[in-house]
Amino acid sequence: MTTAWLSPEEWTALALSLRVSLVATLVTLPLGIAVALALARGRFPGKQLLNGIVHLPLIMPPVVTGYLLLIVLGRRGAIGSLLDSWFGIVLAFKWTGAAVAAGVMAFPLMVRAIRLAIEAVDPRLEQAAATLGANRWWTFFLVTLPLILPGVLAGAILAFAKAMGEFGATITFVSNIPGQTQTVPSAIYSFLQVPGGEGPALRLVLISVSVAIGALLVSEFVAQRVARRIAGQ
Amino acid sequence: MTLDISLAHRFGGFNVDVSFTAPTGITALFGRSGAGKTTVVNAVAGLLRPQRGRIRVNGDKLLDTDAGINVPVHSRRVGYVFQDARLFPHLTVRQNLQFGARFNPMAGPASGLDRVVDLLGIAHLLGRRPGTLSGGEKQRVAIGRALLSNPRILLMDEPLAALDEARKAEILPYLERLRDELDIPILYVSHAVPEVTRLATTLVALSDGQVVRYGPAAQVLADPNTFPVLGRQEAGSFLVASVVRHDRTDGLTELSFGGGRIFTPYFQAEPGAALRVRIRARDIILALRPPEDTSALNILPATVRQIGTQEGAIVDVSVRCGDTDLLARITRRSLTRLGLTQGTPCYAVLKSVAVARRDIGVFEERRA
Repeated sequence: MTTAWLSPEEWTALALSLRVSLVATLVTLPLGIAVALALARGRFPGKQLLNGIVHLPLIMPPVVTGYLLLIVLGRRGAIGSLLDSWFGIVLAFKWTGAAVAAGVMAFPLMVRAIRLAIEAVDPRLEQAAATLGANRWWTFFLVTLPLILPGVLAGAILAFAKAMGEFGATITFVSNIPGQTQTVPSAIYSFLQVPGGEGPALRLVLISVSVAIGALLVSEFVAQRVARRIAGQ
Repeated sequence: MTLDISLAHRFGGFNVDVSFTAPTGITALFGRSGAGKTTVVNAVAGLLRPQRGRIRVNGDKLLDTDAGINVPVHSRRVGYVFQDARLFPHLTVRQNLQFGARFNPMAGPASGLDRVVDLLGIAHLLGRRPGTLSGGEKQRVAIGRALLSNPRILLMDEPLAALDEARKAEILPYLERLRDELDIPILYVSHAVPEVTRLATTLVALSDGQVVRYGPAAQVLADPNTFPVLGRQEAGSFLVASVVRHDRTDGLTELSFGGGRIFTPYFQAEPGAALRVRIRARDIILALRPPEDTSALNILPATVRQIGTQEGAIVDVSVRCGDTDLLARITRRSLTRLGLTQGTPCYAVLKSVAVARRDIGVFEERRA
């Protein structure tokens, strides 16, 4: 498919980026909610350790995260080799691997946003639900989850935006293969390496900026609607 | 239905050790803040696990630390009305009310939403969200929500404490209806004597984590040794009377009870209706002969039943008027001067204006 303003190569990179980011966000969301719940409400040994591990990708250089992913999840990696021989799943140099890298990098941001939302929920409302007969699961789905929805949404959008922009870990873990693992940031990087690439690079930069702003606007809009509903108007 | 409570819990140098039975009706857990009232209620709800204890509803164990039984909160079928209502802000009033029915549906067609909505007068609020309700409305919805979870006992932790006088007056009649119409024990935490005098059928007075008075409310409130323990203000008892007639021109209502007839300021009720009237101890004058040419409208023959053992200038005296014990507060000087002792015949004199509108409530006594 060609249009006047994007080359097939650029289209491929954009489509791949969207797919990678969407999958990364949706797959990590339930896990993000669970970890945020554990960190906000749980009392267990090793809570600080979990907190540290979740935050590692935020603090370490992305290249390091990418390299660690390669060691652990690569074809010869500890887990990667098992995935390959048991399920035939290969992540290295595949778009799924890019999604894993994006998900890992976005995870701390997602967890932080959701954790803040959970901590803002009055636990006395959950007590009230229990006295009315709701067990932990019902209480979560009927009371806690609806109340943290704005936070979950904010966390998801933030994670999506982070995934769209992820570069270092992705290029280290799955390289920069057009049509396979070349996301928008990787494509921009490649275009900037060759003479005359400034034009395509600039177009992709503009697209990145619009996607980021669009995501923010959508999240603000939805969060406001949810907040209004909760405030009782 | 009865609720048996026996528990011991120590935390932060404070010791709660109580044991009592709450029958159908309102059992008021009365005491100053810090007396351990909320600890008891939370233990019944399962929100707090006492170190030792046994709690049973109709013989079913909710808690027995010796036997290792601790039924989780959501399985206890305990309706809890919190001081701060705790309505779910993201749900409408109707959805709040229906929250508990999902887990413990009521049996029978007539026992559902409509009846409770009608009982509490909240039909016009169903479509609204808690954020737009007044404090009194929130509390009524919270009561309805607890009722509709089909509870075996109802717990109320100072449900009126956060409300102003007008809102309290708005809710009290609904609480009276609950007391008279529900067949479950209601455990009602309060530190306000007027509220307790108007609502309680059974009274448990707590002080420093111990039960210091326990029994039928009429008996405990008319006991001259109760109030020195609880704090002296607002001491008073109540009488249960039925409406004889209204005197429209003078704006009075005539009531009849076991000890005679009394006039109160006009109270809207059908003749024959049963009312409960709170009489403060300091509003009763004791006399040896019926006073003549006095402005007081109510002069009731009585006998001294018991004289309080407290020391000081003020003495509480319990007098019996027919079948009702009333509490009078007099000076020690008057006690000596009149030579009152147990069995002395006397007259209890009560000004009608001393009875305020908020001291009167409906009271359909339950036949046990």
